[in-house]
Amino acid sequence: MKEMMIILVGSILVNNFVLSKFMGICPFLGVSKKLDSAVGMSVAVTFVMAMATAVTYPIQRGILDRFNMGYLQTIVFILVIAALVQLVEIVLKKYIPPLYRSLGIYLPLITTNCAVLGVTILNIDEEYTFLQSMVNALGAGLGFMLAMVLFCGVRSRMDESKNIPEHFRGLPITLIAASIVSVAFMGFSGVVEGLFH
Amino acid sequence: MTPIIIAVVTVAAIGLIAGIILTLASHFMAIKVDEKVVKVRECLPGANCGACGYAGCDEYAEKVAGGFAKTTLCVPGGQKCAADIAEALGVEAGEVKELRGMVRCCGTTGKDSMVYDYQGVKTCAACHSFYQGRRSCSYGCLGYGDCVSVCKFNAISIENGVAKIDPDLCTGCGACAKICPKHLIYMIPKKSHICVACSSHNKGAQTRKLCTSGCIGCMKCQKTCKHGAISVDQNLAVVDPSLCVNCGECVEVCPVGCIKIFA
Repeated sequence: MKEMMIILVGSILVNNFVLSKFMGICPFLGVSKKLDSAVGMSVAVTFVMAMATAVTYPIQRGILDRFNMGYLQTIVFILVIAALVQLVEIVLKKYIPPLYRSLGIYLPLITTNCAVLGVTILNIDEEYTFLQSMVNALGAGLGFMLAMVLFCGVRSRMDESKNIPEHFRGLPITLIAASIVSVAFMGFSGVVEGLFH
Repeated sequence: MTPIIIAVVTVAAIGLIAGIILTLASHFMAIKVDEKVVKVRECLPGANCGACGYAGCDEYAEKVAGGFAKTTLCVPGGQKCAADIAEALGVEAGEVKELRGMVRCCGTTGKDSMVYDYQGVKTCAACHSFYQGRRSCSYGCLGYGDCVSVCKFNAISIENGVAKIDPDLCTGCGACAKICPKHLIYMIPKKSHICVACSSHNKGAQTRKLCTSGCIGCMKCQKTCKHGAISVDQNLAVVDPSLCVNCGECVEVCPVGCIKIFA
């Protein structure tokens, strides 16, 4: 249990996918303008991360490892995740229309998101068990949501501000703000050791 | 050579399996889309404004096709849209109440004073939460344009500190009326042209102190109107669009000039 908590807190705060590992920057900058779309995107990412981990882990252990084909990992994972997202979309459309509608366009958008691929590959690299992988995927998704919501607040403040120099307006100041938020997250390094040891 | 063949075969096999699963899934879990819904959806403007009372054009199309909603609820689409839907469904078209938004404030910059220097977030809702806004008249337009940002048709602009609605672009969806924290925007029938551009319920003397063009409730317009379309209620004249014939006599007698003819 302690180990799970370490993985969960670690993946949310210390190894935050967006702000520490710099994965999934595209949706982080693209969809963080409005709070509701930021939350929608994050929920979809969390969902797909968990599903992708659940599917890729057995494939890695059952097929790739057994037949010594670790070099196929990236391409097989991309293929499987893309197919999986399509399948999930069809199933949701049929059986849970409200969820399908609320996830909306975000579901197909994250089919080949590097954060999703990243979490599945990292789970293998870290040699987690299946359960640990799932916890890590969940933590990564929640960390993504935390980063999105935080940055959404920063951005709405920035958009209101009239004091930004003309040449920094728009994307430049957004990138600078993202880097400052990222620097702030560096303060979490070591938190896990302090909490659980 | 062999590793390449193994790799290609493996990836191809996994791709094939995924493809088969997807094909089967899309076959067995296909949703029958009602042809009527598609047809109705094509008639709608697609603005997703919510004026019909449903959460967007898709849902409205579904309800209309299912017979749960009237064909005349789409305000932006107007009469033509209702006729198109009726034709697509093979029912008789009803009459659409075409509306337009009207800003009931004409207190442009300089007509009243500012109570405090507002430095916060530049939205009406935020400004309104501080002592009902920065203007001396607590009924007046705050001019930060919450209505402008909510309008999907770019029909609203802020001119001299007061929102102005372009009648040609306004579709009558009513989104601005819902968002305005002062409830200044009223939806009236499209053919009405006369409106009292003031919402102040303050007593005449006080209104006079606060704003040079506020309605002081002097009853002149009510006495002048031959059609009984204008009445003063709680110190504020209100035009009843169902009785008003757009003659414009009230406009001439108004001492403060807050009854206006809108194009």
